[in-house]
Amino acid sequence: MKSLEELRKLRKDSLDQVDMRRSGKGTRIVVGMATCGISAGARPVMMALVEEVKKRTLQDVTVTQTGCIGACRLEPMFEVYRAGEEKVTYVHMDGEKAKRVVAEHIVNGKVVQEYTIGAYEK
Amino acid sequence: MELYRSHILVCGGTGCVSSDSLKIEERFIDLIEKNDLKNEAKVVKTGCFGLCEAGPIVIVYPEGAFYSQLKVEDVDTIVSEHLVKGRIVTDLLYKESIQEGEMQSINDVGFYKKQERVALRNCGVINPEVIEEYIAYDGYEALGRVLTDMTPEEVIQIVKDSGLRGRGGGGFPTGLKWDFTAKAEGDQKYVACNADEGDPGAFMDRSVLEGDPHVIIESMAIAAYAVGANKGYVYIRAEYPIAVNRLQIAIDQAKDMGLLGENIFDTDFSFDMEIRLGAGAFVCGEETALINSIEGKRGMPRPRPPFPAVKGIFNKPTLLNNVETYANVPQIILRGAEWFSSIGTEKSKGTKVFALGGKINNTGLLEIPMGTTLREAIYDVGGGIPNGKAFKAVQTGGPSGGCIPAAHIDTPIDYDNLIELGSMMGSGGMIVMDEDNCMVDIARFFLDFTVEESCGKCTPCRDGTKRMLEMLDKIAAGTGTVEDLTKLQTLAKTIKNASLCGLGQTAPNPVLSTLHYFMDEYEAHVHEKRCPAGVCKALLNYMVIDEKCKKCGICAAKCPVNCISGTKGKTVYHIDTEQCIKCNACLEACPFDAIKKG
Ligand SMILES: Cc1cc2nc3c(=O)[nH]c(=O)nc-3n(C[C@H](O)[C@H](O)[C@H](O)COP(=O)(O)O)c2cc1C
Ligand code: SF4
Ligand code: SF4
Ligand code: SF4
Ligand code: FES
Ligand code: FES
Repeated sequence: MKSLEELRKLRKDSLDQVDMRRSGKGTRIVVGMATCGISAGARPVMMALVEEVKKRTLQDVTVTQTGCIGACRLEPMFEVYRAGEEKVTYVHMDGEKAKRVVAEHIVNGKVVQEYTIGAYEK
Repeated sequence: MELYRSHILVCGGTGCVSSDSLKIEERFIDLIEKNDLKNEAKVVKTGCFGLCEAGPIVIVYPEGAFYSQLKVEDVDTIVSEHLVKGRIVTDLLYKESIQEGEMQSINDVGFYKKQERVALRNCGVINPEVIEEYIAYDGYEALGRVLTDMTPEEVIQIVKDSGLRGRGGGGFPTGLKWDFTAKAEGDQKYVACNADEGDPGAFMDRSVLEGDPHVIIESMAIAAYAVGANKGYVYIRAEYPIAVNRLQIAIDQAKDMGLLGENIFDTDFSFDMEIRLGAGAFVCGEETALINSIEGKRGMPRPRPPFPAVKGIFNKPTLLNNVETYANVPQIILRGAEWFSSIGTEKSKGTKVFALGGKINNTGLLEIPMGTTLREAIYDVGGGIPNGKAFKAVQTGGPSGGCIPAAHIDTPIDYDNLIELGSMMGSGGMIVMDEDNCMVDIARFFLDFTVEESCGKCTPCRDGTKRMLEMLDKIAAGTGTVEDLTKLQTLAKTIKNASLCGLGQTAPNPVLSTLHYFMDEYEAHVHEKRCPAGVCKALLNYMVIDEKCKKCGICAAKCPVNCISGTKGKTVYHIDTEQCIKCNACLEACPFDAIKKG
């Protein structure tokens, strides 16, 4: 460690690791991971989300899981919560779709309408 | 560095470790491996969360689920339910974090709501054995800025402006002390950290060292730069093995990263530090005794002046501060003197950490802004007195402090208010007493401690405290006289004035403050041979309350000396006080609360 710049770089890298322990701001992606979700393939979706968030070094984004969301036939699914926005529910997800949601919704703020529960129910 | 979807924080503070949190940690690691969650969930061992009473404690993020009083078996449930299926195990959550069936954020729980964490900000948040986690939360940023951007004078000015005062007991202005040491003549200077913490029941400093050891390293380096020292000592009791171990790990990591050693941040400043272990004598926390002990001599006080700032370790100018004092400094540098001085009261700035114990629901560690009232600390944070008992007094300042009665419970806590009430801030012990505590007994407890701990160098402290203790023993035994009460007071004054060090000078405080506020209780012992709280055994009498007695005979069957007489179903029972050995068996046995003591 020879300079403040070096320290700050290390801090930035380390912060991603501990970020989720700070309370409540930012974006939460919640994956349905009850029995049906897992058997429908929720785990690869979760892993893809975690990967993508890490690759893009997104701050204040946490990926977490929940139990039964209540619509087993639409699994794998996840919900995106952002401060000041309505919850968006994505259904019939897979790893590729999940990455697209991160790129378009989480990074650029544009909801991927075609994957949402609203589009599906129509 | 890996990113995980879940962090499992397991408390590794001394309280939780003694209730098996390490086995819980092990079980988590085990089950996470078995369930193939190794790349998703990470186990982090932290320092004390403060709610030791409810330990062992585990917090699972990102949900912030606060699990308490866990057993090793509970880990299986948490892993299979919470980690695998994502269902928070409500039954295992800390009761108060559930409201109307919903989990609240831990910051909204009564215990944490009124707290403000400056010195403890990383305790229970980071893994103290991983320097990167400290750095992630702005660690070593203050040191970097100080070294590259500020003169020593500027650093001292900020500390002065912040209004920070010593947290080790005396409350001396920290900036002023730094200034004295900086201005003292000397080719070699030292900084030292007092982590002796010998008060019964106190564990504030231990928790900082266990939960956030790097903050002490960073702060001592800042102090060394400010006063012109290049070497630091941390004096810590050998009885605190977890703290010693974590601090050593932290020192090694800091050295590896070049945050300790030569030319830190590529400047001219070099600084190194080492740990010195103390044998655990209370008097070694006194600054001159501590210095003697660091030098390898017997830990006995010497007269001051000269103060350590002029003649300290190896007769060189030495800056000595307490652990908690140091823990505030990096935040003051980063957030500014104005931020710090906006917290607290006019003459006591910032926050104070207390170890809350005695008759209180939330035994544990809390950090509250100066100026918080005793009532808020005891009822809002501490959760009040258990079993619906009445609050009687709170003892602050440990063996040097005093008891503050219920009449003053709305006093804002700060250095000056506590002194005015005949107590003191001390290092932060806070022991709550209820109606079942006898104040003569409490005074005896503390005086007994000082008699044991007096180093024996000067007569008033060595012999005077013994005489005082003898008088208290007499009073508790029912043989005390009115003269004893007056003699206690005159002797107390002599000891206060004539003792060499702070130990003797403050030793009479617990007696003086209880005499002042609870004279009626002392008088009851002396005149009526009665202990109103029913504690002093020699003065206890067990009696059957005739109106309540249902003539069941259960008490008589329990009495080991057969001194309870009566006829089952026919006559009210009666205790022969002469024969009674005060074993309490009958009182516990009576199903109708028909037996009282007093
Ligand atoms: C008998 C006695 C015991 C003491 N024990 C401690 C202690 O355990 N920890 C501590 O920091 N200060 C203790 N002190 C106070 C120290 O002498 C000294 O004032 C303090 O460490 C200075 O640091 P501060 O200005 O940061 O509070 C004790 C003083 C006396 C008289
Ligand atoms: S006051 Fe007590 S502890 Fe202090 S030097 Fe004298 S005898 Fe020792
Ligand atoms: S146990 Fe209680 S109620 Fe029964 S005889 Fe004894 S005092 Fe009376
Ligand atoms: S206190 Fe013990 S000895 Fe005394 S009356 Fe009750 S049971 Fe008997
Ligand atoms: S179990 Fe998956 S939605 Fe019900
Ligand atoms: S030691 Fe675990 S909460 Fe204090």
